Amino acid sequence: MKYYDVTDLAFRNLRESVFRNSLTTIGISVGVASLVAMLSLGIGLQQLASRRLQKSGLFDTVVATSRRDLRNFREQREDRPNPAESPSLDEPARIKIAQIPGVVEAYPDIRFVTDVRFDDKPHLTMVAGIPFSARNNNDAFEGVQGSFFSSDAASEVILQKSFAEELLGITPKPGTDNINLSDLAKPLLGKELTMRYAERASAPPSPSPGPSNRDAYSVVSRQRALKIVGLTDLDPDSLRGTARARVFLPLKLAQDLHIMPSNLRDTSASDSPSYSSLSVRVQNPNQVPAVEDAIKKMGFSAFSIVDATRSMRQFFAVLDGFLAIFGSLALAVASIGIVNTLVMAILERRREIGIMKAIGASDADVRGLFFAEAGAMGLVGGAVGVTLGWAIGRLINFGMNVYLERQHFPSAQIWSVPLWLVLSAIAFSIVVSLLSGLYPASRAARLDPVQALRYE
Amino acid sequence: MEISGPNSRAVRTENVCRHYQMGQVLVRAVDGISIDIGVGEFVALLGASGSGKSSLLNLVAGLDRPTSGAVTVHGNNLAALSREQLAKYRLHTVGMVFQSFNLIPSMSLLENVELPLRFAEVDRRDRSALARQSLERVGLSGRLSHRPMELSGGEQQRASLARALINRPKLLLADEPTGNLDSRTGTEIMELIHGFNQSLGMTVLMVTHEQTLAEKYAGRMLHLADGKLVNDVPNDQVSNISSGQVGAPRGETQ
Repeated sequence: MKYYDVTDLAFRNLRESVFRNSLTTIGISVGVASLVAMLSLGIGLQQLASRRLQKSGLFDTVVATSRRDLRNFREQREDRPNPAESPSLDEPARIKIAQIPGVVEAYPDIRFVTDVRFDDKPHLTMVAGIPFSARNNNDAFEGVQGSFFSSDAASEVILQKSFAEELLGITPKPGTDNINLSDLAKPLLGKELTMRYAERASAPPSPSPGPSNRDAYSVVSRQRALKIVGLTDLDPDSLRGTARARVFLPLKLAQDLHIMPSNLRDTSASDSPSYSSLSVRVQNPNQVPAVEDAIKKMGFSAFSIVDATRSMRQFFAVLDGFLAIFGSLALAVASIGIVNTLVMAILERRREIGIMKAIGASDADVRGLFFAEAGAMGLVGGAVGVTLGWAIGRLINFGMNVYLERQHFPSAQIWSVPLWLVLSAIAFSIVVSLLSGLYPASRAARLDPVQALRYE
Repeated sequence: MEISGPNSRAVRTENVCRHYQMGQVLVRAVDGISIDIGVGEFVALLGASGSGKSSLLNLVAGLDRPTSGAVTVHGNNLAALSREQLAKYRLHTVGMVFQSFNLIPSMSLLENVELPLRFAEVDRRDRSALARQSLERVGLSGRLSHRPMELSGGEQQRASLARALINRPKLLLADEPTGNLDSRTGTEIMELIHGFNQSLGMTVLMVTHEQTLAEKYAGRMLHLADGKLVNDVPNDQVSNISSGQVGAPRGETQ
């Protein structure tokens, strides 16, 4: 029999016992729906974690440091170049690193300990420069209370939550609810604080030119008024906590202030100061190893923690596996329903099978017909199930977001139904249905026509 | 395909047996029957219930396999055919009509008659035209979309006949085709079968227990009792075909 005839007859037979076949198909749909809902949540969570990790900057960032670091002398090995011959990590080097293929930006890590005054009270804290690009790609500043810096060199600061508490003289009691960030923001946003710092200035030109005077510099005490524009609850002890900084400045402003670094690594007073380290942001975590190599070839040290993503992918593969197994249980139950429906159909249509054989149907024709009926139930059940699973996933996502909102967390997409999941779920449903149809179909094909024709 | 003359052999059974084991009892449904039926013959199988008429018919139809002996139809030894080949034999060489009509209740008449053409993988458009033609031939052109339950017994049997003839078989096997019909409708059906035997030169093997019908239409009567052939009587009152073949059977065993 031709394929379209098999399909046509299969669908017409399904229509004949529409109630029973619908119930069986609903069984398959529920199975597929549970599978899709489980996997859509698994995939959604994986994507959420990936997005978060990517935004955290931990997996798309390479940190470049100069080998001139004194600490490196102790670790010097024969196969490594002499740190003394290593190039300086200065502005030309930064520009060169920024031009490596795959690099989005390379910016110096500027941080220093200094005195900050608010309401005439001094507070000693770590201050860090934050690149303007962090506005879009650093999740630490995603839920910022207030706003991000208005420009790259604006005289503005964003405060870390614990520092804001310190400024307001609030001490959170252990065991009590955390103070809400928005409550802290009200008395602080728009206010000014004064930062005192030491500026490194070049020494005035010497009347007698000579190399001895070239590296000379002077330190000038300065202060600067900065407007508080935002508050973040970024944990200062986390990896993304920019070396435990609790006050954040626009990076360009921090550079322009020529602040005397808190370590003694850079003793040069030239116009192009060298940086202690550079953060090199890469387009895609996959490009990290190549960029790391390129930086090393330039004579700098480089490190990243890209390997952690591999562990994360492995974890989610296991999680998805478990979710798929639990989701498939319902489909396994549904497959028993298919076997039952088709075996019942064989009993009911025994005489019909006998007639078909008497007028020339081969075993393969009969087998194909029952097989197609199982496949058709799988197809329809799969399609309905995917829609149902999609809706369940959406509902869970909606409910979860309502919950997150009540807990003052930003909303998140914890559910995702990619096209491959839709197609695989339908294909899986068809395959399971066909497997379930194997036994009934071969039983129908083997039916003795003489016996079948006698059946009333 | 070469058309055989009326005296060529259509069916031959050689000492064919069909025995069933029913518990401790061995039932000899067909017990050593040897017959030869020529092409174009109209043969009636007569006998009481349980005499083995239908069992013999099933063996010739290729629906059942003999316990021993051989059944040869148009040169094909059915015992040597595989299940697949037997299905093709039933599709192309044999047409069957049953006492209980055996139309598929969920299908319209047109779909029922088209069904063997689906198995023969005939193109959809040709299929519909052939089925309409076949139904027209049995006087049912106005009932194409009706389901079997909406028709009288006579109409159902005519539809069944249209389905049996759709593939132009060489051999028409009828198992008590008038058994469920009143005498007038039964005569109508017999007239149709006789007409096809005469006009198409189709060999007919008909099971019946109605002696009068057999005497009226069959050219030869085989009497069976207890699975054995007890009498083989030519019926001189009926003239078998000798000329005027309108169409030739088109099917053949593959």
